[in-house]
Amino acid sequence: MDIFTQQLINGLVVGSVYALVALGYTMVYGILELINFAHGEVTMIGAMVALMVIGALLGVAPDMPGLMVFAGGLLVAVPACMALGFAIEKIAYRPLRHAPRLAPLITAIGVSIVLQNLAMLIWGRQYISFPPLLPQGRHEFLGAHVTDTQIIIFVTALIVMAGLWLLVERTRLGRAMRATAQSREVAQLMGVNVDRVIAATFIIGSGLAALAGVLVSAYYGLAHYYMGFMLGLKAFSAAVLGGIGNIAGAMLGGLLLGVIEALGAGYIGDLTGGFLGSHYQDVFAFFVLILVLVLRPSGLLGERVANRA
Amino acid sequence: MSLLQIKGLKVAYGGIQAVRGIDLHVEEGELVTLIGANGAGKSSALKGIMGLAADGGDIRFAGERLHHQPTHAIAARGLALVPEGRGIFGRLTVLENLDMGAYLRRDKAGIQADLERVLGIFPRLAERSSQLAGTLSGGEQQMLAIARALMARPRLLLLDEPSMGLAPLMVQKIYETIAAIAREGVTLLLVEQNANLALQVSQRAYVLESGSITLEGPSAELAANSQVRAAYIGE
Repeated sequence: MDIFTQQLINGLVVGSVYALVALGYTMVYGILELINFAHGEVTMIGAMVALMVIGALLGVAPDMPGLMVFAGGLLVAVPACMALGFAIEKIAYRPLRHAPRLAPLITAIGVSIVLQNLAMLIWGRQYISFPPLLPQGRHEFLGAHVTDTQIIIFVTALIVMAGLWLLVERTRLGRAMRATAQSREVAQLMGVNVDRVIAATFIIGSGLAALAGVLVSAYYGLAHYYMGFMLGLKAFSAAVLGGIGNIAGAMLGGLLLGVIEALGAGYIGDLTGGFLGSHYQDVFAFFVLILVLVLRPSGLLGERVANRA
Repeated sequence: MSLLQIKGLKVAYGGIQAVRGIDLHVEEGELVTLIGANGAGKSSALKGIMGLAADGGDIRFAGERLHHQPTHAIAARGLALVPEGRGIFGRLTVLENLDMGAYLRRDKAGIQADLERVLGIFPRLAERSSQLAGTLSGGEQQMLAIARALMARPRLLLLDEPSMGLAPLMVQKIYETIAAIAREGVTLLLVEQNANLALQVSQRAYVLESGSITLEGPSAELAANSQVRAAYIGE
């Protein structure tokens, strides 16, 4: 088996999930210049809500096809997280719209802690297993294995990202979002209700996060109240790598970070003579984050130097 | 009834009173100018009208109060501001900027007709319609900012220092366009540091000094006023 190809495939799959989450960070930052640290928690809530629905569906109709059960979970989790994103913005961030920049940032961390603890109270502190609902078939591909689950995750993420791209580039709402990101004041002069655009941004970003949370738990077969923390940090690193505030950058950064991480985990054992193992995988995301911040703070596709963060 | 009637407008930023209670009115079809030195409070007055700065006083547009309305709602009433420094969306194309001007409109045929009209007024923009607006020269950006405001089909167009930072030839071109827009019947309130130009193109004028109006009257009279000539035209 070709390790390089295998890790490349694994990396692209996980990276497509990072990209979905990174989009939420980057869209909010683009408009509010706020790092919404509660965003990672939204992915976790998405996974938990989906698991609840999936459990209920399997209880009522144990013979329902796995894909349908999975879709049922998504269909509840995504709107639930959209509502959550809307509520977070309205309750936690909107009252601080004209406050100094540090206030909403600290609030974001607070929201994140609140959501984690709520999840722990509701769903417990144990790992919850995600039933194998997606097809498990394995295929040979260029000397490596690809599973049906991987294909479904990757293709779903790409389709949703293409949809988001169309929304941002081709619709009236998307144009208003881009205009608001460039100048809130001038967008208002054009008649844009900036509060509504900001709410829409949170709703869309949270929907993407919910999808990502469900996909990633289905992939690893696990969910946990703390899972959003690491996923959120990695997606944030991916957004910075691509250039925070830049939508194409978040997609590129997510995929790239997934690949770097997978290749790093695949080769770190050989490179260090077995001293460090693949469980050091998480190191790579933050190593990349530090490198980007030192060498190119504006990220791969970013224009503005991020000295305001 | 005046199209725009302002009584006692006050604007303050962080404790500094930029506009100290001014009265001003603009009639339908008029071109009125507000002149004054740098820092006299001219831009602040426009921001106060558009709800962008904390304000006090009574602002009525076509008889209805604008006070405490959000900016987007004021824009929806038919006021458009071409802000100081133009405020174009640099990472949107020229065409997308123009579309943003028509953001509140739903009449596709009317928007298309107006697009052709403004591109007729500013052929340079037609040549660059798919270019990012940030790549335009300063003069072209000013044209785009005015064209974008016209796309809203405003009942009142507020212009903030349209000559600022432009080469003399471009200033002349912009002012010819402003005069042409006024002839088409658009009501304009023009804020300008370049008093000479503003008084030539307008019918009435106000002089703003340290946040208060010190002189007002027909532009021709103010242009002949020795005080105005000494202070603002440099004679």
